[in-house]
Amino acid sequence: MNCQQAKPLIDPYADGELEASAVLELEQHLKDCPACALALRNVQSLKKSLKQDALYFAAPAELRKRIQAQLPSPAKSSPQWRGWSWNWLTTATTGAFTACLALLLTLTLSRPSPEQLLARDAVSSHIRSLIPGHTLDVVSTDQHTVKPWFNGKIDFSPPVKDLASQAFPLIGGRLDYINGHNAAALIYQRNKHVINLFVWPATEKASQPAALAPIRGFNVIHWSDGQMSFWAVSDLNGGELMEFVQDFAVGKILNP
Amino acid sequence: MPHLDAAYNLARWLAGNDQDAQDVAQEATLRAFKFFGSFRGDNARSWLLSIVRNTFYTWLRKNRPMEKTVDIDDETLEIEDSSAQSEPVPFADADAVCRAIAGLPVEFREIVILREMEGFSYKEIAEMAEVPIGTVMSRLARARKLLQKRLAAEFKPEGQR
Repeated sequence: MNCQQAKPLIDPYADGELEASAVLELEQHLKDCPACALALRNVQSLKKSLKQDALYFAAPAELRKRIQAQLPSPAKSSPQWRGWSWNWLTTATTGAFTACLALLLTLTLSRPSPEQLLARDAVSSHIRSLIPGHTLDVVSTDQHTVKPWFNGKIDFSPPVKDLASQAFPLIGGRLDYINGHNAAALIYQRNKHVINLFVWPATEKASQPAALAPIRGFNVIHWSDGQMSFWAVSDLNGGELMEFVQDFAVGKILNP
Repeated sequence: MPHLDAAYNLARWLAGNDQDAQDVAQEATLRAFKFFGSFRGDNARSWLLSIVRNTFYTWLRKNRPMEKTVDIDDETLEIEDSSAQSEPVPFADADAVCRAIAGLPVEFREIVILREMEGFSYKEIAEMAEVPIGTVMSRLARARKLLQKRLAAEFKPEGQR
């Protein structure tokens, strides 16, 4: 091994991330090469400098208090998550977030099929809406235009939110018909991906957002706040669609 | 409330000041709780920190649109090496290290924090930062070179700076 080959291996070696087969060769080289040995010592010394306690910012007590004050009491938080061990996640090869989506998926797959049927209906509506000219009944990026537009057309008032600053601009609204009742469709966009958020009065209890198994390549996330039932459908990847759902739901929690 | 220190520490290093860090950490933590109710174990930590990260970048776009992010082209950012490596870099005090880290581009900074302060593996960092492992490795190596260079400069006597 020469210096050229050794150089890129020094950082992974110092981090304990170099594969065993390369370790021996590198160690042999380090014995013979003072320059590379010095480079390693410098990385090690830097690592030590970075691990000083004084560099770690502990959360201020006021922050901890503020967050605790805003959390729901333990009795209210959903019990279904309690029994789940996080340990199995260590085996997941995908990101922790993707794994969480998978967990949601597993949970939702065992749910009764009416939800699946609704999801299929929502996806069909989403696909229909992508036919040119069918996407929007009211074209506006202004929530104060879109929300009143539904007045007199349906017997409920869907929550409409401005998520432009989260890079999910509102582009308009549409009247739709899903599973035997009227639905408000709010149309958001991320880059070129259209997101249909279907809203109608909930008949089910409040539920956490859950990703369903993709239907015909479209991702579907469903949740309910007890008042309204929400169905987000898009060809956006599952992670970004969940980000949209979080932005939509959290926006409301923080500014009731 | 587990992992709040980790959430705040990451937010603090990314945002650069206490107030903004508190805002980011608070939003991210509430968001995480809202969706999962409770965290446990190491994976909850990486999951929470990836939410902190996302929340921070959304916040950054909104509040500091001028701050340069991701445009750093990993390949073109050249750091003259070897010369900087020819002298030993001694253990540096916290103030000097703090200044040196704060001077790093944000994408480098986050990888240094996740690796050295939180002890995540390359693979875990790649998943959290949504970049290939090779990018994590090159950013980490470059970040270290930059830090070494700055710290070495701090140790030189006044006249030679």
